[in-house]
Amino acid sequence: MTAYIIRRLLYTIPIVFGVLLLTFVLFTLIGGDISLEIAGKGATQETIDDIRREYGLNKPLFLAWDSQFINHFKSALTFDFGRSRDRELIIDKIKRGVGPSLALTVPMFFCVVIISVSLALVVAFVRGSVWDTLAVFICVAGMSIPYLSFILFGQYFLAYKWGIFPVFFSPDLTMAQYVALPVLIGIVAGLGGNLRFYRTVMLDEMRSDYVRTAFAKGLNTRRVLFKHVLKNAMIPIITRVVLAIPFLFLGSLLLERFFGIPGLGHMMIEAIGSRDYFVINAMTYISAILFVLFNLITDICYSLVDPRISLE
Amino acid sequence: MNVRSIPKQNNGTLLSVENVSTYFFTGEDVVKAVQDVGFSIKKGKTFALVGESGCGKSVTALSIMRLVPAPQGKIVGGEIIFNRQNLLALREKDMRHVRGNEISMIFQEPMTSLNPVFTVGNQIVEAIKLHQKKTKSQAWADAVELLGKVGISDPAQRVRQYPHQMSGGMRQRIMIAMAVSCEPSLLIADEPTTALDVTIQAQILDLLDNLQEQNRMSILLITHDLSVVAERADDVAVMYASRIVEVADSQSLFAEPLHPYTQGLLKSLPRLGFSGKRLPTISGAVPDPLRFPSGCKFHPRCPIGCSDRRCQTVEPILREVEAGRYVACWYAEDRKQSSERE
Repeated sequence: MTAYIIRRLLYTIPIVFGVLLLTFVLFTLIGGDISLEIAGKGATQETIDDIRREYGLNKPLFLAWDSQFINHFKSALTFDFGRSRDRELIIDKIKRGVGPSLALTVPMFFCVVIISVSLALVVAFVRGSVWDTLAVFICVAGMSIPYLSFILFGQYFLAYKWGIFPVFFSPDLTMAQYVALPVLIGIVAGLGGNLRFYRTVMLDEMRSDYVRTAFAKGLNTRRVLFKHVLKNAMIPIITRVVLAIPFLFLGSLLLERFFGIPGLGHMMIEAIGSRDYFVINAMTYISAILFVLFNLITDICYSLVDPRISLE
Repeated sequence: MNVRSIPKQNNGTLLSVENVSTYFFTGEDVVKAVQDVGFSIKKGKTFALVGESGCGKSVTALSIMRLVPAPQGKIVGGEIIFNRQNLLALREKDMRHVRGNEISMIFQEPMTSLNPVFTVGNQIVEAIKLHQKKTKSQAWADAVELLGKVGISDPAQRVRQYPHQMSGGMRQRIMIAMAVSCEPSLLIADEPTTALDVTIQAQILDLLDNLQEQNRMSILLITHDLSVVAERADDVAVMYASRIVEVADSQSLFAEPLHPYTQGLLKSLPRLGFSGKRLPTISGAVPDPLRFPSGCKFHPRCPIGCSDRRCQTVEPILREVEAGRYVACWYAEDRKQSSERE
């Protein structure tokens, strides 16, 4: 197991290298010299030169010890991404944004998973009945309604009209207060698709031969579902759940934007809007590392639930 | 339809299936998987249900267990009498007490019939604890003993292993151990050896024979393999296209099959000393259950029926042609007489 993990961690080196190569090509080679853009119209040559010096754009691209190519790797490996265009250290900006983002996405995500897996078991229990059909209908309806409609409905009725929640982020609110409504909206909007996915997983399992054996033993449906089916369904559940975790760190672009939550999603949208390549570059790199890491965690989890999978 | 005279319940009878029909409702279509099937199984005896794939054997077995896949599959009529109670009228809760306890079942696919993520011991103990008042450690001790009984070497270690660590034959032994763990009076074996290689087949069947003797249980052996039937079954029912076409004790059936389908099956068996170049076959193919032929379902493949008006229009029902022999063929008596004259 340890040997496997070490081997897998070694595999991440070429993957991270590849990601850095790609971001270098995209942001530096294709993105080109952005000093003119930063300096703005009518800037003097001196200002432009200053900016170029600050961002290292005056250095050679390759073939020097402090070329832009080498520096790109250096900054990534030391997590020292320099400053964003509003002069703040990018790493500080990220540290500041990750809290509100996680406060929003973590409760939202785990509520969605727990509710939809439990409901999926119940729906699998009554499969083929009117309740099953009704559940699928509601799921499809929920999936068909655009995310924005949920946000606008929540903000207009629950917050503005009825005053149950604050409409928008403000610094004097506690975190729990300002994430409550977006979390609720996220749960409602996410439930349809997830429930449908887990229902399919459960129904696939219920068609298996071992389920028939379990019933032939005289077990009741509850026990067959919660013992036999659930444990077998863990593989697709883990795949979906664990691989979704890296995205939790990135926050929610839409919800954070609409509720003014100062998280990473919000930061990303601003960075994209102001063409702040340095922030986008840093976030791309961090997401890649998280994704690779959670891929490994997924594989380790597989071996914990399925005795057929061994990590040797 | 009630003029039929299937074997009636008596003291020696453990289970009798009476006019059971099981249909599958898929959208517009109705697949009549089992139609008006009746037979009875004697205490401590082996009853074989023989037929081609898709003829309704397995669905008959699942109907007895009341495990027909819902909601499409439905038992639409008949009675299954076991211990003087109609299983089809039991509440689901009471039926669960019968399953695995009084009637248990093993399946065709040993590779997939066990749950891959639990140890075999866990799965056997689950059955024991469900039906018997035993502590966890007693149940585990029982499981180890059962594994020894079904011929698994090193049972104390094997009991903690997972299904994927065992061969198909061993997994089928595990299934058998699980099925007999509560000493059922009826074991339904649905093609228990089809997925296994020939040497293992014989071992598994011998094991079933031994357990039958020890526990004095009845076995409903479902198979398409007539050679298995000849050696081990006391009584045989032959199924064709969702109906039983012939019931007899095994000896008379093999000595003198009365239904043309049974005759065809027996002729197509390879025999010692057979010198022809090719084995005879039954011409044609198994009919599509959505489009069964009119009249006798076998008539398009039958040497008599293919040209007989009655066979083409009226379906014969199972009737007693001589003591203990039931045939669903219009010409059963004629054939009987002609064979006697010879």
